[in-house]
Amino acid sequence: MNFRNVGIVYRKELTEWLRDRRTLISTVLVPLLAFPVLMVGMTSLMAVMIGKAEKETAKVMIIGGEDSPQVVEKLRHVKDLEIVPYADDWKKGISEKEIRAAVDIPEGFASALTQGKEQTVKIYFYQGEIKSSFGANHVEKFFDDYRDAIISSRLAARNLPTDIIKPFEVKQENVAPPEKVSGAALGGLLGYMVILLSMTGAIYPAIDLTAGEKERGTMETILSSPLSRVDLVLGKFFLVLSASLSTAILSIISMGTSFYLVGNSGAMAKKEAAAFQLHIGFLTILSVFLMALPLAVLFAAALLTIALFAKSYKEAQSYLTPMTFIVVIPAVASLLPGFDLNPKLALVPILSTSLVCKEIVAGTFHWNYILLILISSSVYAAAALFMAVKMFQRESVLFRS
Amino acid sequence: MIEARGLSKRFQDKKRGEIRAVEKVSFTCQPGKIYGLLGANGAGKTTTLRMLATILEPTDGTAIVCGYDVVEQPEKVRASVGFLSTATALYPRLTAQELVEYFGRLNGLDEPTLKKRVDDIFDRLDMNSFRDRRCDKLSTGMKQKTSIARTLVHDPPVMIFDEPTTGLDVMTARTIITFISDCRDRGKAIIFSTHIMSEVERLCDHIGIIHDGKLLAHGAVSELRSKYAEHNLEEIIVKVVGPFLKNSEA
Repeated sequence: MNFRNVGIVYRKELTEWLRDRRTLISTVLVPLLAFPVLMVGMTSLMAVMIGKAEKETAKVMIIGGEDSPQVVEKLRHVKDLEIVPYADDWKKGISEKEIRAAVDIPEGFASALTQGKEQTVKIYFYQGEIKSSFGANHVEKFFDDYRDAIISSRLAARNLPTDIIKPFEVKQENVAPPEKVSGAALGGLLGYMVILLSMTGAIYPAIDLTAGEKERGTMETILSSPLSRVDLVLGKFFLVLSASLSTAILSIISMGTSFYLVGNSGAMAKKEAAAFQLHIGFLTILSVFLMALPLAVLFAAALLTIALFAKSYKEAQSYLTPMTFIVVIPAVASLLPGFDLNPKLALVPILSTSLVCKEIVAGTFHWNYILLILISSSVYAAAALFMAVKMFQRESVLFRS
Repeated sequence: MIEARGLSKRFQDKKRGEIRAVEKVSFTCQPGKIYGLLGANGAGKTTTLRMLATILEPTDGTAIVCGYDVVEQPEKVRASVGFLSTATALYPRLTAQELVEYFGRLNGLDEPTLKKRVDDIFDRLDMNSFRDRRCDKLSTGMKQKTSIARTLVHDPPVMIFDEPTTGLDVMTARTIITFISDCRDRGKAIIFSTHIMSEVERLCDHIGIIHDGKLLAHGAVSELRSKYAEHNLEEIIVKVVGPFLKNSEA
């Protein structure tokens, strides 16, 4: 191996890579802009939609209630509700969004109340339709308040305190520090994202530097130079690895910025915004990248090997696109609850890294597993790189027609 | 000097089985001479030239290029050879100068030597007007000149040209032919394949006629003319290859 030649090949590939508009779009622009645009855009849109729905005066129809005029009258005076005259096709009205909900007041409701008989008020709404849900909630709240008022008056009539029906409260309190809470909620996603992005970031340059070269007719040009095949592969490999890591790094920066912007935009309630507050330290992110590094090497080498086999850009794309699923499935599996590291899983590539990243982000460092995963991933990466070098020495692959 | 010693190349094809692309080809080309390799498409010319340039490894036999064995010392052979074929394209996103410099560096030239060499070649080939233009923006003629500059940058003693004028206009083809002739005058050993007989007449000292992977006839142009009692090179090729065409058809 000649380091000078590897460096020459790397610099040339980097120059060409940076001059390719498609590269800039797929590796730099998309990862940098996709998250902020998607997240800020989506949350702002949601906030606007929800705000609009909350402000709306919901049209509600009353079914029955003729013998309970007092309740009906009170319902008519509820702010945010507009009671519309009864029509037989009220279900259609809800479906077609002409009214938001309908409330069925049972026959003899008022007299049953005085007699203390149990009865049910039904509220009809369209599930999944936010404005309908808000309308139904307003109606439900009215009846909850009405019931509480009746309970209070009944207790008062009997000279009983209100706590007789509520002897004690039950409350859950969180003791986990905020970084652990966000670690469990969103942090699990960090390792998954780094793994997936280092894979997707490698696909385009891996194709361009192999099948792309064959298609452009430059493969024979470079093979006629005194450069050894090992130096050629390594120069190309380091470029693919750089592309893969820079995509992952840019995406994580962009993701972090997006979470920060959304959490601090004021578009959401404090409680909801807290879910977006990432309390992940720089060292944790660095650890995740260190764990993912052998995997990025594995991806870069494996993708180069597979793409080299293809005769054309199109053929290489059809080979590499399914590879994304091979990476996504174990990475997603690691996010499932109850999927924990054990010595056997520590040897499964991708899955093991994803699992250990989840634990690192949550603040747990299993050093024995970390070491085992680093060693096993490095062995797989070395094997893939060896395969790539061997592939570049096979005439049947280089000159496949 | 180039010396092919029983060069053979077999390929495996799933449908057709074993293909004997080149069989026991032997010839010699001395410094300051041009050896023309002639034959129909698929005769084995490109495979032979690729083996001499160590892009393909011979299945049997070997060749000695500038004292280096193509099987044992392929990298040293490549450092002694400038190889140009229809399949050696340029990197589209590099400029003409960057491309030539890239190959100069890969050939181990230090920066001062490289600069001097590049300036010299760009002057000689009249390439200064497009030295900073990207290769994908060059005309066919400019591309071919850049390819020549790429093969020349390390000043190799051996040049291998596989149909270098295919698809070029008259003026560019003429520049290339003049350039090949210059290379001979500078004492380089040159192997050259073409379908254009006027180029062979003008350039070649020796020719080899290859058919179906076998070198059927070779020698000095004048020797072949007297052996086959024919002045026209095309007719000589037909006389050499003709009997084998009949045999293979039978």
